[in-house]
Amino acid sequence: MGRPYIFSPQSFPRSNAEKIAKKTAEILAEVGAIPKLAAVVPASHLDVRPAPEMVSSGIPQLDSLTGGLARGCLTEICGTTSSGRTSVLLFALARATERGEICALVDASDAFDPASAAAAGMEMSRLLWVRCGEKFPSHKHPSAALTGCAKTGDSYQGMPSGIPQVAEKRFGFSRWESQLGQMLKVTDLLLQSNGFGMIALDLGDVPVPSARRIPLASWFRFRRAVEHTPTALLVLEQQPIAGSCSSMLVQVSGVRSQVAGKRLSAVSSQLSGNPPMQSELPHAELLDQFEIRAELMRSRLERKPAQSAASFKSRAAWAG
Amino acid sequence: MFACIFIPDFSAQAIIRLEPDLRARPVAVLTGWPPLEKVVTLNERARQAGVEAGATKPQLEAWENLVLRARSESQETSAHAALLDCAQSFSPEVEDTSPGIVLLNLAGLEPLLGPLPKIAHDLARRVFQMGLEANVAVAANPDAALLAARGFPGVTLIPEGREAERLGDLPVDVLLEGFSSDAEEAACWVETFDRWGIRKLRALAALPEVPVSERLGQQGLRLQKLARGAALRNLRVLEPRLIFAESVELESPIVLLEPLAFLLNRMLEQVCARLRARALAIQELRLNLELATAQSNGCASFSQTLTRIFTRTLRLPVPMLDAKVFLKLLQLDLQAHPPGAPIVKIHLSADPARPRALQSGLFQPVFPEPEKLELTLARIAGIVGEERVGSVELLDTHREGAFAVRHFAPAEPAPTDPEVKQSGKKKAMSMPESESACQVEESAKDKRSAVIALRLFRPPLGASVTLREAKPVRMRCLERADIAGEIVWTAGPWRSSGDWSEQEGWSREEWDIAVSAETGLVLYRLVQDKLSGNWFVEGTYD
Repeated sequence: MGRPYIFSPQSFPRSNAEKIAKKTAEILAEVGAIPKLAAVVPASHLDVRPAPEMVSSGIPQLDSLTGGLARGCLTEICGTTSSGRTSVLLFALARATERGEICALVDASDAFDPASAAAAGMEMSRLLWVRCGEKFPSHKHPSAALTGCAKTGDSYQGMPSGIPQVAEKRFGFSRWESQLGQMLKVTDLLLQSNGFGMIALDLGDVPVPSARRIPLASWFRFRRAVEHTPTALLVLEQQPIAGSCSSMLVQVSGVRSQVAGKRLSAVSSQLSGNPPMQSELPHAELLDQFEIRAELMRSRLERKPAQSAASFKSRAAWAG
Repeated sequence: MFACIFIPDFSAQAIIRLEPDLRARPVAVLTGWPPLEKVVTLNERARQAGVEAGATKPQLEAWENLVLRARSESQETSAHAALLDCAQSFSPEVEDTSPGIVLLNLAGLEPLLGPLPKIAHDLARRVFQMGLEANVAVAANPDAALLAARGFPGVTLIPEGREAERLGDLPVDVLLEGFSSDAEEAACWVETFDRWGIRKLRALAALPEVPVSERLGQQGLRLQKLARGAALRNLRVLEPRLIFAESVELESPIVLLEPLAFLLNRMLEQVCARLRARALAIQELRLNLELATAQSNGCASFSQTLTRIFTRTLRLPVPMLDAKVFLKLLQLDLQAHPPGAPIVKIHLSADPARPRALQSGLFQPVFPEPEKLELTLARIAGIVGEERVGSVELLDTHREGAFAVRHFAPAEPAPTDPEVKQSGKKKAMSMPESESACQVEESAKDKRSAVIALRLFRPPLGASVTLREAKPVRMRCLERADIAGEIVWTAGPWRSSGDWSEQEGWSREEWDIAVSAETGLVLYRLVQDKLSGNWFVEGTYD
């Protein structure tokens, strides 16, 4: 590439094409295009992407199914209401905080229950909780007597349930759009700040149509931002929304709740058959545990799963 | 040996220190009430341009490029404090002689800081980094050093025993400016020496002592000793005071955040430079803004301007010393809490602390950089609100869902002591029972199962509940149509109440219910407020 022609230009009369070729070569040499070509790496020598470091979710059955949660990757946990997905997320966060890692929970729907997290063994001082919500004036609980938040001065400042429609009419935007916008901005900031062991995005209560409106470019950006960092990025949702940007997709379903050792489905069928004649006293019945079924729907990681589904149990905080 | 740092034209330099752009321009500092303002100090460029001290403001109109500034005592105080900090970073024995003049004892510093010429040049360089141009002189006694610093520009080094020879070239005015108690007395001395034909210190030093004593008294003898560089005295050592503050009085009020940030940046850089000179960092930063608020007195044409103080405080989880981080934090804080009125004075003060010194371990979990984390938290607070970001603290009460959100400041993991680690290893090798105990603990951790989590609705959703034999059998949420149906299972009620002696007493009855939905059974927590009788869906078990 250094010499655009073979013969010496002095020995033969130059044609116009030769002149142009020489001029072009000179210009390219000046701008440095020719040396750059020499630095091109053949595709056969491209580096193989290293396998990500895996951390335990704290649930052995889930770890044996997925190999754990991947650092530097985006993992989706999806499931319907009462499927046990939040229990899995909180337990993974709790184990990470126990390992001494700093974690963040971006709560799009302001649904996080600190008491449940404490029961799961969360070290609260290591968890950064970001509550997305409208900056509407402070709104008290409909019945301040019900909870203590009003007393702490940190009462329900999120959007009151009746306000979304009013907000839509008055301000011209929907509640979820604004909250998801906040969530995306906050996640960007957290990923840029580095040093978090686990960042969880809770979209569990966001309606599927709203969640699907998050542009794929955002998920792609998150995936690129979290890559090569020690952060495990988890997304909790009702249905998969990140597409191919997620490295792993775990579907949580098949809940079988147990009441005093019996399956709730059995109890409920018994109750639904003859509701007024409930044999046991209602306060004697306690929700003991959930049986959660996790299914590995997709994984881009090297590991080949030996099984595609696993079951495990989550106990109630009061069950001891 | 003693060193003296002398700042010529101190009032002008104190202003230029916070406005470095003025360094290349002629500056005159005015004092007095308008229209009788007079030049009190001017910088060298203004002097070269022909401006003289004592000129009135109308006389100064002849100079187009001349920058006029009002004298600022607060800026002079800050500049002098910076000078003291600088001196104290070299020597523990420092005398606060007068504004713009500092004396320091260099005895015993040569093995630590190098030869005297190097120390003198380092002093001048350090003072220049603080934004001031100083004359530095080193001599065998404090007064000789002071005279040399007043009289010779730049760095001067007078070897011991040659004080009279070096100081002899200085005019008598230098001696009288520095050592006479007032201007009138100085004028008398100047007149006397002028009549005697004494113009330089060499001439004064050469006079015989007895006739000087007879004609001028003890004061005359003292002046002669000073002129010979032979006056001996001890330094009045200053007790170091750890006050780091900067103030700026503005000629025209600031209403926008951008020019305020411009000024804050310079003030922060000065504060950080002073703290750096003492090897300290900032733990708490306070910004006091004096705001101009016009108050009308009934008549539309007459209004009185009042001022009020607007204070913002940044409490940092760890001591930091990065002016850029502080500036960004202050900007974000002021964006979230705007002052609401034009700013006429800025006062910035910092609480010092020992800087953070932490050696990270190789096997420690990752931890965000504290500076970066603070900035991230401030930015997030700007997006979602200050009370909506932080770490949760459960309150010690039976009231359901009582918590407080605190500023997120996780403790950095302490580095593991290698000796402890080693001894731990040895113990583990020698004591198998301890190993087994550890294993039991580990296995107990592993056997812990997940806990059923509750997802809360904030605020709880109002519900209409149908009861049968005092038990809920059907539920319909008033605000969400998808939460409704026959209750297929109930557990409860669990009653609780509290704070009955206070205004916000509470009493509630809690039920766990299962409702059949399209996706299967959904478990809710249903709550009845016993005081109002209303029902609410508080959350779902998930």
